[in-house]
Amino acid sequence: MSGNKRQTDGMYESLLRRAAPDRTAWEDLVVVPIFAVVVALLLGAVAMLATNVDLATVGRSYVALVSGSVGSFNAISETLTSAIPLTLAGLGIALGFRAGMFNIGAEGQLLIGGMAAVITGFSLPGLPMIVHVPLVLLVGALAGGLYAAIAGWLRAATGAHEVISTIMLNLIAYRLVDYLLRLDFIQREGRSDPISKSVLESAELPRLLTWLDPNLRLHAGVFLMIGAVIFIHWLLFKTRLGFEFRASGENPEAARYAGMRAGLVIVLAMGLAGALAGLAGANQVSGVLGRASPGFSAGIGFDAIAVALLGRSHPWGVLLAGLLFGALEAGGRQMQVDAGVSIDLIGIIQALIIVFIAAPLLVRALFPWGFSKARPSAKE
Amino acid sequence: MTSTPISGPVAQKGKKLDTTKVRQAHVTGWILLGLAVLAAVVFGAGSEGTATFRLSRPNDPWALPDLLIPAAAFNYLVAAVLAFLGVRQFLRGGLRWTSLSLGLGMALAVAAFLVWATAGKGFSLTGMLQATVVAAVPITLGGLAGVLSERVGVVNIAIEGMLLAGAFTGALLGSLVGGIGGLVAAVVIGGMFGFILAALVVTYRVDQIIAGVVINLFVLGVTSYVSSQVYSEHRFLNNAPIFSPIRIPVLADLPVLGPMLFQQNLFVYGAIVMVAVATYYLFHTRMGLRARSVGEHPRAADTLGINVYRTRYINVTVAGMVAGFGGAWFTLGSVGRFDENMTNGLGYIGLAAMIFGRWHPVGALMAALIFGFANSLQQKLALLNTPIPSEFLAMAPYIATIVLVAGVVGRARAPAADGEAYVKE
Repeated sequence: MSGNKRQTDGMYESLLRRAAPDRTAWEDLVVVPIFAVVVALLLGAVAMLATNVDLATVGRSYVALVSGSVGSFNAISETLTSAIPLTLAGLGIALGFRAGMFNIGAEGQLLIGGMAAVITGFSLPGLPMIVHVPLVLLVGALAGGLYAAIAGWLRAATGAHEVISTIMLNLIAYRLVDYLLRLDFIQREGRSDPISKSVLESAELPRLLTWLDPNLRLHAGVFLMIGAVIFIHWLLFKTRLGFEFRASGENPEAARYAGMRAGLVIVLAMGLAGALAGLAGANQVSGVLGRASPGFSAGIGFDAIAVALLGRSHPWGVLLAGLLFGALEAGGRQMQVDAGVSIDLIGIIQALIIVFIAAPLLVRALFPWGFSKARPSAKE
Repeated sequence: MTSTPISGPVAQKGKKLDTTKVRQAHVTGWILLGLAVLAAVVFGAGSEGTATFRLSRPNDPWALPDLLIPAAAFNYLVAAVLAFLGVRQFLRGGLRWTSLSLGLGMALAVAAFLVWATAGKGFSLTGMLQATVVAAVPITLGGLAGVLSERVGVVNIAIEGMLLAGAFTGALLGSLVGGIGGLVAAVVIGGMFGFILAALVVTYRVDQIIAGVVINLFVLGVTSYVSSQVYSEHRFLNNAPIFSPIRIPVLADLPVLGPMLFQQNLFVYGAIVMVAVATYYLFHTRMGLRARSVGEHPRAADTLGINVYRTRYINVTVAGMVAGFGGAWFTLGSVGRFDENMTNGLGYIGLAAMIFGRWHPVGALMAALIFGFANSLQQKLALLNTPIPSEFLAMAPYIATIVLVAGVVGRARAPAADGEAYVKE
């Protein structure tokens, strides 16, 4: 089969690269991303000009984009706050990719995890914070993980395609959340719209920078994010289980012949991915929102797919991609306020950045100068 | 996929396959028995009086009388049939009709549920079936777009974005130059995104899923940006005409079938025609055979002189045009105006319909009809005041899909080269 040959070629290539990172690798890793961001911003400006935004406003909106993402303590705090759930859920999706599965279901897992976390957060008064917060996070992760494990189990036991089952589980999760939010036990007293009670103070992730300025929203979830990145890196590259994940993703047949437990790998990978998405949901309700309302996931589960792709399914790459997306989001909000340009522009810029980073060949074709001509023959 | 003719492992493998099949048959049996209990205990014991299903509307030329069903008796009968089908699964020969039994059982359970919900009341069956067909249109076209591109080995996650682009363009150009112009523009834009997808994955060898996700993000970004930045001030740009239903003489007067199939607008006829043409093209023409060979084994196809790149470009572009047409349904075929993210994930449901329909145009159509049925059922049932929370009714089709996919379609196989870039040597 042609696939096997390609696989060996790819292996040699990556071995060679690790031994001697040549100029192309450096270009792919550093120059192309910088290029991608710059070109995407330029094209974003073109989009603004095309919709009758004058040049001064374009300038102002990009100033706002920068100042709103990295220009002040508040901006950096906002960037990090937005990056946390994106990175967590993105790590889950990256893990799925590594194990050969496409998990579209992060959105649903995030909703279920967040709901479980919010219930734990308001229904157990009297717990000390040191117990309550970890409990909330744990319950969120567990709920998200179990929910995703359904799709994994279905795939392992019956061969049901995980794309289809995670899409269906997303749709089910939306309805389930709508239903739960109207239960007396969960709905906030005196409200007729679907909104949950607020989590208790003891269940809130502590804010970190209130000593600087009480408005800074950055919370302890940031440690969770970094811890998760390190943990997933360790799991994927330093443990037997991680090796099994990667082997099953690269070549399921070979992994099976090597005696790896294909079904178990699928269920575990999916469950872990869901746990990370659930953790992202718990993090949102306990660190940012303080309660749940319909659609509190706000599309994070779908943006996380882009984050995982952009980070090339590598934990540290996912962290960088999450930070970039978080920065764009925080800056985009500032842009909307300062320049009156719709935050939807950020969506266009994000898509363009991904396409340029994902298609080094395209970037080289569009901008032939500045890149070395010679490329490793294995890529041809 | 192919097993080598070595006696030992094959015999063992065969045996193992059989046990899987037996287990699957038994699981199906338990599901059917569960449905039987549900039909008897909840639907049978819980219904009183007669369920009235209206088949005709007041001024239909050939009116059919209302369908009167004694609710409790009917549901006990359904329970008995379900129990029979369930028990059959455990007996000898139960393996043979597993899928069929499960499908039939699901249909019967839905019927029992409907009778239970309608008991003592009246319900317009024709109205619901008509709504089913309408709701199935975008899902069918999305699924068809998926079939066309995945059959040549290009995974099409971008259906959602193509639908959205079609909806947006349809509304914009429809407002400026009229319905037909809008429709043509929607098809062209859909084709353009198909071409972009093909260029990204074929020429620039971007990962197919990444390319699809990028297109979705990009289209969502552009359409949302324009609609919040421009439409809020210039409303005339978002006020498109709607295609009105076309009555097909004589056939439109048929009871039940007439309103369902022959009094619909252009999009319904278009979807049916496209499914037929796509089926003929893929499975009965030389070009279709070539296209499928590119999706199964591009290197072999290349060796035989088929231009893999060109085939992929053409088919994916056509898939985009189909999706663009489907997208125009959202605006020109139903509400006449574009709203942010108005496709709302239907493109992904189209993707599910494609997998559910086993990468076959007719299969995708059938799956889309099931989703459409569930959708319209949920809307119409709100009128009947059932004690079940509406959220659970809304969930039911998705749960049923998971059960069906796990039980029936589980072993469906994607085209062998689906998702793989082809590099010519």
